[in-house]
Amino acid sequence: MTLTPARTGTGSGTSTSGGADAPVGRRPGHATRTLSLAGGRISFAVRPRVAAVYGGLIAATAVVFAVSLAVGEYSIPLPRVLWALAGQGERLDLFFVRDVRLPRAWVAVLVGAALGIAGGVFQSISRNPLGSPDIIGFTGGASTGAVATILVFGGSMLQVSLGAMAGGIATAVLVYLLAFKQGVQGYRLVLVGIGINALLMAVRDYLITRAELTEALTAHIWMIGSLNGRGWGEVIAVSIAAAVLMPLVLALGPRLRMMEMGEQAALALGVPVQRTQITAMLAASALTGAAIAVSGPIAFIALAAPQLVRRLARTQGTALFGAALMGALLLAAADLAAQHALAPTQLPVGVVTAVIGGTYLVWVLYREWRTGHA
Amino acid sequence: MPESARLWGENLTLAYDHSVVSRDLGITIPDNSFTVIVGPNACGKSTLLRALSRMLKPSHGAVHLDGRMIGSYPSKEVARRLGLLPQSSIAPDGITVADLVARGRYPHQKFLKQWSRTDEQVITEAMDATGIVDLAGRMVDELSGGQRQRVWLAMVLAQQTPLLLLDEPTTYLDIAHQMDVLDLCAELHQERSYTLVAVLHDLNHACRYATHLIAMKDGQVVAEGSPSDIITEELVEEVFCMPVRVIPDPETGTPLVVPVDRGGRIARRDRPGPTLGHTDPDGAEQRRSA
Repeated sequence: MTLTPARTGTGSGTSTSGGADAPVGRRPGHATRTLSLAGGRISFAVRPRVAAVYGGLIAATAVVFAVSLAVGEYSIPLPRVLWALAGQGERLDLFFVRDVRLPRAWVAVLVGAALGIAGGVFQSISRNPLGSPDIIGFTGGASTGAVATILVFGGSMLQVSLGAMAGGIATAVLVYLLAFKQGVQGYRLVLVGIGINALLMAVRDYLITRAELTEALTAHIWMIGSLNGRGWGEVIAVSIAAAVLMPLVLALGPRLRMMEMGEQAALALGVPVQRTQITAMLAASALTGAAIAVSGPIAFIALAAPQLVRRLARTQGTALFGAALMGALLLAAADLAAQHALAPTQLPVGVVTAVIGGTYLVWVLYREWRTGHA
Repeated sequence: MPESARLWGENLTLAYDHSVVSRDLGITIPDNSFTVIVGPNACGKSTLLRALSRMLKPSHGAVHLDGRMIGSYPSKEVARRLGLLPQSSIAPDGITVADLVARGRYPHQKFLKQWSRTDEQVITEAMDATGIVDLAGRMVDELSGGQRQRVWLAMVLAQQTPLLLLDEPTTYLDIAHQMDVLDLCAELHQERSYTLVAVLHDLNHACRYATHLIAMKDGQVVAEGSPSDIITEELVEEVFCMPVRVIPDPETGTPLVVPVDRGGRIARRDRPGPTLGHTDPDGAEQRRSA
């Protein structure tokens, strides 16, 4: 063997290679720096462009977040918003900032992040930019579950959420099993998903035609997806799901990126492909389920966020963390628009994301067509 | 006998679902050899390679790697001992050559140590060994088929496994790039003492490059040994069901397999004078057109 490992850096603190001591140094086109900490025990690659894009997304989300606390029918200047956050100021300020706008903004950010990351997982596994919980049938399953709960049990908010979760996860498992043949291949997953989704829509529509008018209306509004009137209860519910599932999914990220090279290549490099597929799909489904349970099936965030961040940051393969950041920004911004674009009418945020998503879809298809993939 | 080799299998029954490809197959890969497996389509050579690289679990028998059953290792551990270049892999969209080669480092990476200078150095050496250092910053999708195969080879080299399995590494390449890849393999074998196992379609390439040849038919090993010892007209006819003549390769002296003109439809054009070393300008012209 002549490809022998070189000695590792012995310096302490932070150092970057890429100067004269590195063999290739920074690669042209895709600058990468090796960052090592704690005497080389912790070291990883840093891409300046990725870091910049992620930083930008966080900053933009913070701005949207701040604006959504301040504006509304009862506008509050920013300094007073900050005071209210600290628990000071007028009662009305406190009420609007802390009880109405803050939880809603948090729900938007968390649900957006959850959908973004879940979309990234599904796209990575299906190796298809159109793979997402929407298209793979998960959302169809969740909304059928929710509608069935509303129509059959009358359905409190909690019951509807549970119904959505159950429907979604059952569908995900079903789609996975049907698409399974010595591992799951991307196109088969998408095709089976589309088929199951169509079936579920039929079931759902049938249920709605059998329902009373008011129930049908409730079900329909739920199906558009909205953040109107979401409070701290919802924040806590999504936070718990996110705190448990997001680290799990992010930890699977490197394996998923390997699997994008094909099952055999990943296996050859020591990735436990099937176990990773199942774990990632279950975790992403549960995450989508939690998000949908709180907000209803909000369209297109899961589809668009992973692709947009990939193009912006020019990452190699799916960037799950970036997809979470992008999803958070997209949904927070869309909800801000939904609240104020046609004020005083409050649109359900699902309407806004559908408009954004439709535009996005046309763009993706156009691109694929132009580059000759479709 | 086989226990001393790094990679061997015994009593292997290999099957997909319930269709059995091989039964009771024994195989040993001699250390430091360039082993080539040949045989007609569907003879089970790729299946055997899959079993040797633990992609396929034998329904009976076991493959042994470095004295232990291959299935008893953690999967990253196998990937640090044995590399596989699959027949078709997908380069992720928008990935650069250096980034793709870097993925070969996966089995060596740890949670807290995702990327280090060692990794950086190893991938540079791998790109150097495959002659693609100049392409490091290029997008993989922009490369020609031959260049791309070098990139994949570099990725497997970055894995730093002195034992390397290659599943039809020359498929989809034109003749010049086929020789290119095989020369590279020979270099790895001779100068960097890799043990190589390749499935090849072209018998003449196999005879030229292999130090150990395994001929398979219907899931069984029909003959194995050095190409000059085992390649005879009888063996090739038995394995491929096709009458051939075997003559010495004018370039290397290894066996050269020439199919017999069975139909007699090809008009014989005997040329006056030596035909050896004759070059065809048209052929040279077409080489780069793919």
